[in-house]
Amino acid sequence: MQLELSLRHDFGSFDIDVAFTAPKGVTALFGPSGAGKTTVIDAVAGLLRPQHGKVVANGDVLLDTAAGVFLAPNRRRIGYVFQEPRLFPHLSVRSNLLYGQRFAPRAAEGQDFDKVTAMLGIGALLDRRPGALSGGEKARVSIGRALLSKPRLLLLDEPLAALDAARREEILPFIERLRDAGLPVLLVSHSIGEVARLAQTVVLLRNGRVVAAGPAATLFADPSLAASLGGAEAGTVIPARVAGTEPDGLIRLDTAGGPVFVTDAPTTPGTALRLRIHASDVIVSRTRPEGLSALNILAGHVRRIEADPDGRAFVEIAIAEGQSILSRLTQRSVAALGLAPGVACHAILKTVALSRDDLGAA
Amino acid sequence: MTALTSALGPVLSAEEWTAVVLSLKVATVAVAASLPLGIWVATVLARSRLPGLWLLNALVHLPLILPPVVTGYALLLTFGRRGWVGQFLDQWFGFTFAFQWTGAALAAAVMSFPLMVRSIRLAIEAVDPKLEQAASTLGASRIAVFLTVTLPLIAPGVIAGMIVAFAKAMGEFGATITFVSNIPGRTQTLPSAIYAFLQVPGGEVQAARLAGVSVIIAVGALVASEVIARRVAKRIGGQ
Repeated sequence: MQLELSLRHDFGSFDIDVAFTAPKGVTALFGPSGAGKTTVIDAVAGLLRPQHGKVVANGDVLLDTAAGVFLAPNRRRIGYVFQEPRLFPHLSVRSNLLYGQRFAPRAAEGQDFDKVTAMLGIGALLDRRPGALSGGEKARVSIGRALLSKPRLLLLDEPLAALDAARREEILPFIERLRDAGLPVLLVSHSIGEVARLAQTVVLLRNGRVVAAGPAATLFADPSLAASLGGAEAGTVIPARVAGTEPDGLIRLDTAGGPVFVTDAPTTPGTALRLRIHASDVIVSRTRPEGLSALNILAGHVRRIEADPDGRAFVEIAIAEGQSILSRLTQRSVAALGLAPGVACHAILKTVALSRDDLGAA
Repeated sequence: MTALTSALGPVLSAEEWTAVVLSLKVATVAVAASLPLGIWVATVLARSRLPGLWLLNALVHLPLILPPVVTGYALLLTFGRRGWVGQFLDQWFGFTFAFQWTGAALAAAVMSFPLMVRSIRLAIEAVDPKLEQAASTLGASRIAVFLTVTLPLIAPGVIAGMIVAFAKAMGEFGATITFVSNIPGRTQTLPSAIYAFLQVPGGEVQAARLAGVSVIIAVGALVASEVIARRVAKRIGGQ
């Protein structure tokens, strides 16, 4: 499954002109509000008919203004989880969930009703009306409703915004599982953590234009984009693989830059993981440091340095071909250490966050 | 009906009873026949952004502001035996509105139409188009969206519109008497009968009785609409 999109539309006060290709997996649309993220997925869903554009999903032309093709939303089979739940108030939760099923082709592959309701924790709500649900419950029903309509592509517009942290943690693995099962997802999110955890591909939007688009790891490692991709929360994602459990209980993960030890991770050797490393959690040393409590020290060399006007800098440290870590340092430190492109150094990681990445294993 | 007629025998004379039944028939047919068109026009007025829609809006509301006699006269010119539509209907279908109860129903429908459209239109405007969008992304065609989302949500407004239109149709006098006259047993509706009784000496008692029947029907309709609308609202917005 691959989605090719190009669209141009002038709203008068705002105009959008974007083009990108979303390969299989999760593609995140990231950018400040007003960047045009929702406009883009509205065009994919068919709710917006752009003045110029082309949308092709896996070879099926959904929209081609040049050829006069416009497939109505109901014929696109694209699941859309809106920012607000948009549940039908006159139908029970069960009828809401089953609404799309009667319109979907019988032969189409779909999710199992019981599995979806169990996963979303809404099994007990089936006979209630949307009016009696809390915000989080509504959001979950709305995700279930889109999933059960047997979509071939899922659009998620800030789907987790209305959920509390605990529920978010329950839903995130499910979106990961959908992604790993091959359902393509176009995700709009403000949360850089969410994007880093879920997305293989990132499209960075600003003022209706694509600032950057490409594999998540590449974009996150680009120091010139770090300010746009999270600022203080900027960081990179590197792949890792579980190597085994140490005698003292620590779990050893292998990365391209050396071993990383964590306390909480899957223990099955060979499991593919994504490590998210915040730039502000990385200290840089020219020599391999001694007498330091930090366990996780990766070797690499400086690839790029991007100075900020505020006296700080993002330093990209390459640990392998196509794999980098970002470090947020002051420009004084950069000068004191003599960091420059090509200089060998060590990245000391204070903390790492990890998530499963079955796609990486495939 | 006959059982009811005989039960009410002591209360209403046969002539009065005929007028009551005719009025109920005229109002029911008027509302039922104009409902689909009413929903359609209300939808267009609420949702369409076509230019020139104000013209349709004005046309629909015209019977509300014109003197009823003028509306009746316009109906006579259009649908009368010599009218341009009436002539056509007579020639091709052998059907005429003139001096028939169907004519009274047409007059009642035209007069009550703006009230029905107003009520339905308000209900449609209260429906969030985002819900309809959501339904379409779930695979529902435009007709399916209307039948499964819009219509259930506007049901209270539709019912309210039907009741108001029914009450208006029951009470329609000016356009009816102008268009189809006041023929007992054929076009003499309740208001026409009251008017006729007031024209003859000693008819006040009958007129008062019919007026009482009018009040009972009107209040009954109002109560019924409240109960139904409340029940529907509870069902669709309920917990």
